[in-house]
Amino acid sequence: MKKAVSRVYMTLVFVFLYAPILLLIVFSFNDSDTKSRTVWSGFSTRWYEQLFQDRMLLDALRNTLIIAVVAAVASTVLGTLAAISIDSMKKWKRKLVMNITNLPMLNPEIVTGVSLMLLMVFAARFLGVDLGMGSIILAHITFCLPYVILSVLPKLGQMDPHLYEAAQDLGCTPVRAFFKVVLPEIMPGVVTGMVMAFTLSIDDFIISYFCSGTTQTLPVFIYSMTRKRVSPEINALSTLLFAVVLLLLLVINIRQGKVGKKREVEA
Amino acid sequence: MKKAKRLLPALLAPLLLFQAPPAQAAEAPEAVPLTGETIYVYNWGEYIADGTDGTLDVNAEFTRRTGIQVEYSTFDTNESLYSKLVGGGASYDVIIPSDYMISRMINEGMLEKLDFSNIPNFQYIDEEYRNMGYDPSNEYSVPYTWGVVGIFYNKDYVTEPVDSWEILWDEQYAGKILMFDNPRDAFGIAQKRLGFSFNSTDEDQWIEAAALLKEQKPLVQAYVMDQIFDKMESGEAWLAPYYAGDAATLVAENDKIGFAIPTREGTNFFVDAMCIPKGCRNKSGAEAYINFLCDPEIAAANMEYIGYSTPETAAKELLPEDVVNNPIFYPPQEILDNSEVFVALPEETSELLDTLWAEVKMGGPGQTATLLVTLGGFLAIYIGIVAYKKIKRKREL
Repeated sequence: MKKAVSRVYMTLVFVFLYAPILLLIVFSFNDSDTKSRTVWSGFSTRWYEQLFQDRMLLDALRNTLIIAVVAAVASTVLGTLAAISIDSMKKWKRKLVMNITNLPMLNPEIVTGVSLMLLMVFAARFLGVDLGMGSIILAHITFCLPYVILSVLPKLGQMDPHLYEAAQDLGCTPVRAFFKVVLPEIMPGVVTGMVMAFTLSIDDFIISYFCSGTTQTLPVFIYSMTRKRVSPEINALSTLLFAVVLLLLLVINIRQGKVGKKREVEA
Repeated sequence: MKKAKRLLPALLAPLLLFQAPPAQAAEAPEAVPLTGETIYVYNWGEYIADGTDGTLDVNAEFTRRTGIQVEYSTFDTNESLYSKLVGGGASYDVIIPSDYMISRMINEGMLEKLDFSNIPNFQYIDEEYRNMGYDPSNEYSVPYTWGVVGIFYNKDYVTEPVDSWEILWDEQYAGKILMFDNPRDAFGIAQKRLGFSFNSTDEDQWIEAAALLKEQKPLVQAYVMDQIFDKMESGEAWLAPYYAGDAATLVAENDKIGFAIPTREGTNFFVDAMCIPKGCRNKSGAEAYINFLCDPEIAAANMEYIGYSTPETAAKELLPEDVVNNPIFYPPQEILDNSEVFVALPEETSELLDTLWAEVKMGGPGQTATLLVTLGGFLAIYIGIVAYKKIKRKREL
């Protein structure tokens, strides 16, 4: 009885999570002249064809991907370095710095967005440049940083601090010891942080909206369609993105499974 | 580390896909080499023909003809356009706001005067669409599209003739009525029903209109914008006021959906027009762009894509006959005579409008009290938990 209830509950949770995505995928294949997203009128791939002709949409997608990749890489590098130095701090200092880094995460996004915009408009006037790709990337790095730090820190805590010293005793320079010993140990945390930064950056709307200048990212572009009607091209695009992410996850999981088995065999 | 090395190219790979967008086939001989100039255009979403589905890619065509590149971005409401311009950080060369926003921007000195000698195609704009209320001497704007507001209805359930806004207050259709989710359009309907002007500065008239909207609220299923398409198609809603230009797809593809313009009280006539904001960097390029969009051929291509109405007779001649003769898109003169354009409201009135709109949507003032009580409740619970833990710890000691 208890098992049945828990199964039903779990099914419900999954239905709730995946039904919207499923519906979105189904309607990306809808053959409708009215751009309908609710009335089914036959199968076609026309929205996929249109998607690849729509220059504005592809531009927005390209901007979004460039921003996400750059912001993810930059915030991962900065965040990892920050985490290492935070890890080596004394107790009260460490607490203070952690609170300062955590604050932006609790801050409502709209406050972050507006304040970043004000700062950037001021700085841009001072430097005589415009807001654009650069300002969005800076803003995204800013709000991704705490997430990277948070995902790297626990890994550093798990690591035996003597490993680093041992490597230096055995003749490594500090830099080499970091790349050969510390980095491989904390890699899972770094990768998690990077993936998180990437996804956060891709779907951010509010902060991009304020800091974008004349550059347009995908979420802002989609939002601007709401006067007329959001086109099923967006369904098609979301389906493709979903498929890519799913594929990536599968590949990673299968590879990890293989590595795990290998280790077991070796042991 | 190895994994990250392999992941990175995988993440970067999709970028390569967009390196080279399919270039427009250069059919006409007059292609001009790039001049290195760029103009920044800010327009409504899906408001220009973009080359999908066999339409003309208007921005690419402009670049081909003039050698000026177009950086194009889009907005969703007049208000977000306004806040973007006021907030700074973005400088545009061409913007396309609606009537009342144009008059507000003129009042606030945010627009440049246009040099009409650079816009010879202005001659194609029909006399009726010049010198409109929002720009009385027509110095700042060139009309791009226009339209009227009417009511979409489901013919299966609404069988009586739809000729008055009153039908949106009919108890019979309770829960099946949709309303605009923006204050000017929503109040406009109530104002017309009461016989007031949209641009009234009389406080009592606005309060009366708000009372009428509050009375209507229990009958309204939702305050929405573009969701009306889905809700009307699926039969979830039966009555919805919206812009006529969007009737094209909805009415043409669904036999059971009709569109009517309330003739008894009159309706709203809106214009979206091209302007140049102060602080633009390339005024001559911007004027060239406005001139280009006024070219009847280009205007016709845009109207075919957007579905709204054109202010140019010459462009109308290039459009399919069934569109031009359709009274939804080009209503007879007496309807136009009976309609009114939005003009910017003075500051006090627009503040009043914002307050009244918030009251209509949220159900009146007195919200602060509820908020304080809720917050107080949470605080009490928090203090309780902290105190309980302290006591428990003391006992354990």
